[in-house]
Amino acid sequence: MEMVQAPMSIEELEKMAAVIRCDIIEMICTAAAGHPGGSLSSADIVTALYFRIMRIDPEDPGWPDRDRFILSKGHACPVWYAALAERGYFDKAHLATLRRLDSILQGHPTMNKTPGIDMTVGSLGHGLSAGLGMALSGKLRKKDYHVWVIIGDGESQEGSIWEAAMAASKWKLDNLTAILDYNHLQNDDSVDKVMPIDPLIDKWKAFGWHVIEIDGHNMKDIVDALEATRSFKGMPTMIVANTVKGKGVSFMENVCEWHGKAPCQEEADKALTELRR
Amino acid sequence: MSKNTISPYRYVRPDILSILTSDDLFTKAERQPTRYSYAEAILELGAKNPDIVVLDADVSKSIKTNLFAERFPERSFNFGIAEQNMMAAAAGMATTGLIPYASTYAVFASMRALDMVRNSIHYPRLNVKIAASHGGITPGPDGVTHQGQEDLSIMRAIAGSTIIAPADPTTTKLAVWAAAEYDGPVYLSFTRDPVPVLFDMDYPFEIGKAVTVRDGKDATIIANRDLVVQSLVAAELLAGQGLDVRVIDCHTLKPLDIEVVLQAAHETGAIVTAENNMYYGGLGSAVAEVLVENHPIPMKRIGVRDTFAESGPYLELLKKYGLSAEHIVKAVEEVIERKS
Repeated sequence: MEMVQAPMSIEELEKMAAVIRCDIIEMICTAAAGHPGGSLSSADIVTALYFRIMRIDPEDPGWPDRDRFILSKGHACPVWYAALAERGYFDKAHLATLRRLDSILQGHPTMNKTPGIDMTVGSLGHGLSAGLGMALSGKLRKKDYHVWVIIGDGESQEGSIWEAAMAASKWKLDNLTAILDYNHLQNDDSVDKVMPIDPLIDKWKAFGWHVIEIDGHNMKDIVDALEATRSFKGMPTMIVANTVKGKGVSFMENVCEWHGKAPCQEEADKALTELRR
Repeated sequence: MSKNTISPYRYVRPDILSILTSDDLFTKAERQPTRYSYAEAILELGAKNPDIVVLDADVSKSIKTNLFAERFPERSFNFGIAEQNMMAAAAGMATTGLIPYASTYAVFASMRALDMVRNSIHYPRLNVKIAASHGGITPGPDGVTHQGQEDLSIMRAIAGSTIIAPADPTTTKLAVWAAAEYDGPVYLSFTRDPVPVLFDMDYPFEIGKAVTVRDGKDATIIANRDLVVQSLVAAELLAGQGLDVRVIDCHTLKPLDIEVVLQAAHETGAIVTAENNMYYGGLGSAVAEVLVENHPIPMKRIGVRDTFAESGPYLELLKKYGLSAEHIVKAVEEVIERKS
């Protein structure tokens, strides 16, 4: 298997993010089902984590001292699968099997089937708690791994997110970083219309978190924030990443319908042309 | 029991046998809520195994896992009144090799946090032990909101679940220790109210292996959790009428010990199940499924009928809601009658 070199420069990361976006479109088009909008909005963050920030070894996915990553908004797993494949966890040929019978790539992330998936997720509001458990374990065993969890803005309507928020603050888990993919859209409509969650930054601060706000599509911003959080001590960090749902594909950007709709071949071709430009 | 015949009982303490049908059973015999037996067992386990961690949801004083917290503060985590977070965090801990015992009440473990219990613990088969007190209508005075009368049925519906409902303090400890040796999720169900110490430590506890605690040939009572003692009482009462009834402590509801169930069906020809749980979905259903597919015989289920209970003293609730030894006696008489 071809192995890429990490850590990457900002420019290399930007190129890799474009490759991952293409993988996402191709996967979901081939599967004829999936969630492109939220996969594309978190693509830059996931790319930065896998190709620059995280201490991981694709040759040894179970390495006990590795950093952990959880995409708590598990429906956006095409971005996770693409990053794992490009990073060398498994052959890229698997990407075309998304959601098929006998595939290692389930419709929602499944740790016992896919190399590199650190936690099974899909039901929203679980991933931050699971990451919290991993972080508690890291503290107990005096390991210096870091736990990274991406949550969605719609997902933040789940009460369990706030249970985890309280607990991470109680135990001062500075080895846990949450990143909010703040793309403002959810399945039914805009987050504001369905169930407003603002003021988000104030909420996370009030729950005892160190909060950073960034442009979730500016690779330098992302890398700077992620690198800063690893050395920040005394409390957990929430990175509120302002993102665009469907980012990179003009006709998908900020359009709610692309939350959970697969592009047809023609739409996929158009999207790929834009992404490869 | 005549003194010159061999006792049909197995592993049952002699002091219990002498008072089985007396009021002393629930007043003078050594008794303990099995939630406390769990707390004692986990304390011993924690001393032996540094991977054991205990998670609480603000009922550690009730379950007495606060003793673990005092002894091993660094391995004790109180999540507050947030069972969902506790269960998913337990899953996360288990991915790193820890063995979390997540402790709360049955209603919250099996219902409030069920999504986490299914998706984050059972689906990935993570090594989390769910320690659920207040199973069945044992939290008598607390009333319906705290009476876990469905937990066994609910947990049985989840793929790959292992469910243990031990009968007494002795087998509770053995179950807690056995669960630690088992790689995968285990749901343990305990009583809020005290039950007599029925068994000696020579009880051969093995997950998935039901234990015949009284031999008999006329019918079999298959019971779990706090209705095992009621079943022993029933068998003794029936012995007084000249009926020789087998009692099986089916501590593991799932996987069910099919072999022992079918052997009882073949050898005794009539079966009564007894559980302090809904009479559908739990032990009665599990046994009925095996019998109907393999060896249909007269059978009757003792369990909570399609109703919620109410507040009240534990033993009086058992009587009012059809779960007492007298109800089991009646059911056994009925199935034996149907045999002929």
